[in-house]
Amino acid sequence: MFFLLSVPLVLFSLGVVLARSPVRSALSLVVALFLLAVMFFLLDARMIAALQVIVYAGAIMVLFLFVIMLLNLQHEPVETARPGQRTIAGAFAVVFALVLGAVALRGLPTMPGPGVEVAVTPSFGSVESLAERLFTRHALAFEVTSVLLLGAIVGAVVLARKIPR
Amino acid sequence: MTTVPASWYVVLGILLFTIGALGVLVRRNLIIVFMAIELMLNAVNLVFVAFARQQQAMDGQVMVFFVMTVAAAEAAVGLAIILAVFRNRETVNADEVNLLRW
Repeated sequence: MFFLLSVPLVLFSLGVVLARSPVRSALSLVVALFLLAVMFFLLDARMIAALQVIVYAGAIMVLFLFVIMLLNLQHEPVETARPGQRTIAGAFAVVFALVLGAVALRGLPTMPGPGVEVAVTPSFGSVESLAERLFTRHALAFEVTSVLLLGAIVGAVVLARKIPR
Repeated sequence: MTTVPASWYVVLGILLFTIGALGVLVRRNLIIVFMAIELMLNAVNLVFVAFARQQQAMDGQVMVFFVMTVAAAEAAVGLAIILAVFRNRETVNADEVNLLRW
């Protein structure tokens, strides 16, 4: 089941990066986000899985597709990479993955607690348990988030407005 | 699914994050660079959820909640910036937006 989800997930993520047209890129990102939502669900994060579909696949991707259509990027010329850029970027990616893997390899065995395979209480990942944590221990962060969203709304409106000349 | 150790999710998260970083480095189209950033955020979310499951702690899922909020705010402001850049310079190519270049 893990590979049934993770192999397409990696393939569609590569599709996001490698696709020629922005629309194809955005659509494969939608598929990747849906696969991630299924993965969240199977990890007992039911509320997060629902939010993933609503917020990411719903709101954010619609915003992306809307901007792509607004800018009419279908007939964009092929991107020109500087010579050697792709090799350097590829080498960087490999080194980056190796460093991350080395850090994870050092940290994982020392980690306390049971593995993912252990059963959890039925309420784990439910709306109640998430809300209970969110409104008690993380209440301040929650309030700061509302200010952040307000700032983002105002900022987006101001930036996207047509400036009269 | 439930028989997979947490380290496999970490490996998958590393893979997705690296693909996203590669996209930021290689692509010149600002919108695709943006989507690659979303991919990196989601890779981190996956690791958060896997560790929340492993540690039996809801705090990991609360963190994912906050990451999603920040991602939504970032997408809204970023796409507004891309729109403004396109209005002024008629391009979404990162190489042609070079006003602040040294």
